[in-house]
Amino acid sequence: MTTTTETSVLQARNLVKKYGNVTAINGADFDLRAGEVLAVVGDNGAGKSSLIKALAGALVPDAGEISMNGEKVNFRNTRDARAAGIETVYQDLAVIPALDIATNVFLGREVRRRGIMGTVFRRLDMPRMRAEASGHLADLKIGIKSVNQAVETLSGGQRQGVAVVRAAAFGRGVIIMDEPTAALGVKESGQVIDLIRSIRDRGIPVVLISHDMPHVFEVADRIHVHRLGKRAGVVNPRERTMSEVVALMTGAEQPSEAERAGGV
Amino acid sequence: MSSATTAGLSGSDLTRARVARILREPLLGPLAALIVAIIVFSVVSQTFLNPYNLSLILQQSVVVGILAIGQTLIILTSGIDLSIGSVAVLGTIVMAQQAGAGGPILALGATFIVCVVLGAVNGGLVTVLRLPPFIVTLGTFTAIQAATRLLAGSQTYQVPDGVLTLLGTSFRIGGFATTFGVVAMLLVYLFVWYALSQTAWGKHVYAVGGNITASKLSGIKSNRTLFSVYVVTGVIAAIAAWAALGRIPNADPNAYQTANLDTITAVVIGGTSLFGGRGSVIGTLIGTLIVGVLRNGLTQAGVDSLYQNIATGILVIVAVAVDQFARRRSA
Repeated sequence: MTTTTETSVLQARNLVKKYGNVTAINGADFDLRAGEVLAVVGDNGAGKSSLIKALAGALVPDAGEISMNGEKVNFRNTRDARAAGIETVYQDLAVIPALDIATNVFLGREVRRRGIMGTVFRRLDMPRMRAEASGHLADLKIGIKSVNQAVETLSGGQRQGVAVVRAAAFGRGVIIMDEPTAALGVKESGQVIDLIRSIRDRGIPVVLISHDMPHVFEVADRIHVHRLGKRAGVVNPRERTMSEVVALMTGAEQPSEAERAGGV
Repeated sequence: MSSATTAGLSGSDLTRARVARILREPLLGPLAALIVAIIVFSVVSQTFLNPYNLSLILQQSVVVGILAIGQTLIILTSGIDLSIGSVAVLGTIVMAQQAGAGGPILALGATFIVCVVLGAVNGGLVTVLRLPPFIVTLGTFTAIQAATRLLAGSQTYQVPDGVLTLLGTSFRIGGFATTFGVVAMLLVYLFVWYALSQTAWGKHVYAVGGNITASKLSGIKSNRTLFSVYVVTGVIAAIAAWAALGRIPNADPNAYQTANLDTITAVVIGGTSLFGGRGSVIGTLIGTLIVGVLRNGLTQAGVDSLYQNIATGILVIVAVAVDQFARRRSA
C-alpha cells in the first residue's frame, strides 16, 4: 500500500491487537527512518501506548508484521526487542528508587568481573559499571555528582535522565520514549528534549510519544498521528501548525493523500 | 555556630551532606540500639559482659538468626514468610526420624529435600498462581504445623550424637567458647551478604522487591528471581533445623512455636523495610542480636519473660515507625 522507498529502521504493517471486545490496535502501520526523531501523537485511548508496546516487545500483536531494517522480527517479550537493539524509556520512570544509579543503568545487563571471580563467584564488576555509567551520563551532559547515589535522591528530571542514559547506553537501533516529560517541570522537560537531540545526533533514531505539542514541534522531524487504533497519517511539522495536528488527532480535519500514505 | 560560618559555605555544605548521608545510613539506628542495650545491661548486671554470657547470647540466637536470613530475602522481595519456622521444625522431625531409620547422612539429605520442596511450594504459589505471600505462607504454615504433629505423633525424638549434633559442638577461641552452630550462622550471613551485594542475583532481588514492573521492563526474569528466593529460604530452613538439633538434640513438634514471628521481628528491627527493596542481612544480624541481648539482659535483671515480649513488641513497632518515617522523607 505505502510507497515509501526509503528503508525504514523500524516498520510495522497492519498490526492488530484485541483485548476481548476492545480493539487496541486496529490495522496500524508505522515507519521510523534512520536518524530521525519521529513523534507519535494521538488522543487518549487512540492506542498509541499499545502500538509502542508492540514495537518494544511488551505486547505480542494478534496479527501484522514488524520488521527491522527490512527483516521481519517477532518479539515475544521486551528482552527480545532489547536484543534487537530497541530500548524503551517508560512514562512511569521505570527505575528502582532504592538502588544506585550505576546499578539501575546496568539492571538486567550486569557486567561480571573477569576471571574466576566472575565465572565461579559471579562477582559483579561494580568499578567498571560505575565508570561506564559515569561516562554515559557525561556524554549526555547529565550533571550528577556520583553514580553511587540512590536514584531516589535525584530530582524527577535526573531520574528520567538515568532512564534515558540506560536506553542510550544500550540502544543500538532505536530508542522509544513514552511520555518522557509527562511527570516533569518546565526546566527538566527542556533537559529531556536536549537529551533526545543529543541521542539523534549520535545517529540513533528516536520515537517520541508525547502529548506536549510544543515539545513535539520543537524536536520532531516527522509526526505520526494516531487515531482510532491506527495511523491516520504522518505529517511534516514544518508544513502543519499545532492546531492542524490537533485537528488531525481528533478527526476534525483529514490528512492529505500523501500524509495518509505515510510518505512525507 | 561560629566555626561553621568561618569554615566557608562549600566546606560546611560538604560536612552537612556527609552528616546527612551518615544519618541516612539504615544500619545506624539498629547499631546504636544494640550498643545502647549492651551498655545498659552491662551496668545493670555484673554478669552480662562475661564471655560465658556473651557466648550464650550467640548460641541462643542461632536458630532464629539463621531463619531470619531467609526471612530477610523474602521481605526484600516485598513478601513475608509465616511458615519458615514451621518448615524448620518439620525438618528437625524428619531428620530425627530418618536418623533412626537410615543414618545421619540420609537424614540430612531428607531434611534438605523436604525443606527445599516446601520452599518451592511457597515460591510456586507466589509466582505461578500470583497469590499474596502472606496468604500462601499462612496456609502452608497451618498445614505444615499439622503435618508435623501427625508425623511426630505428639512424640519427641532424640537424635544420636554425631553428624546431626555437629553444630552443637563447642570449641574455644582464647577464653571465649562458642559452637559450630554460631560459626555456621555467621557463614550463612556472609554467604547471603555476598550474594545480595556482589552478584546480579542480589541486585535483582532488590529490584523485584523495589518495583516489580520496572524490573520486568528492565528485562529481569522476576518470577525466576522470586522463586529462587523461596527455594534458597528452604535451604536456609534446613540449615536452621540442623543447628536446632545441635543445640537441643531432641526433635520436638512443639518447639520453636514463636520462630516465625521472631524472624520477622529480627528483620524489621534490623532496618529491612516490610515494603521490600531495601534492607540488608547485616541489619538482620544486628536485629537478631538486639533481640538476643534484650531477652538475656532482661532475664539477668530478673524481668519476667512476658515483660520481655512486651519490650520486643514495642521495639518492632518503633522499628516500623522509623522505616515509615524514613520512606516518607525520601519519597
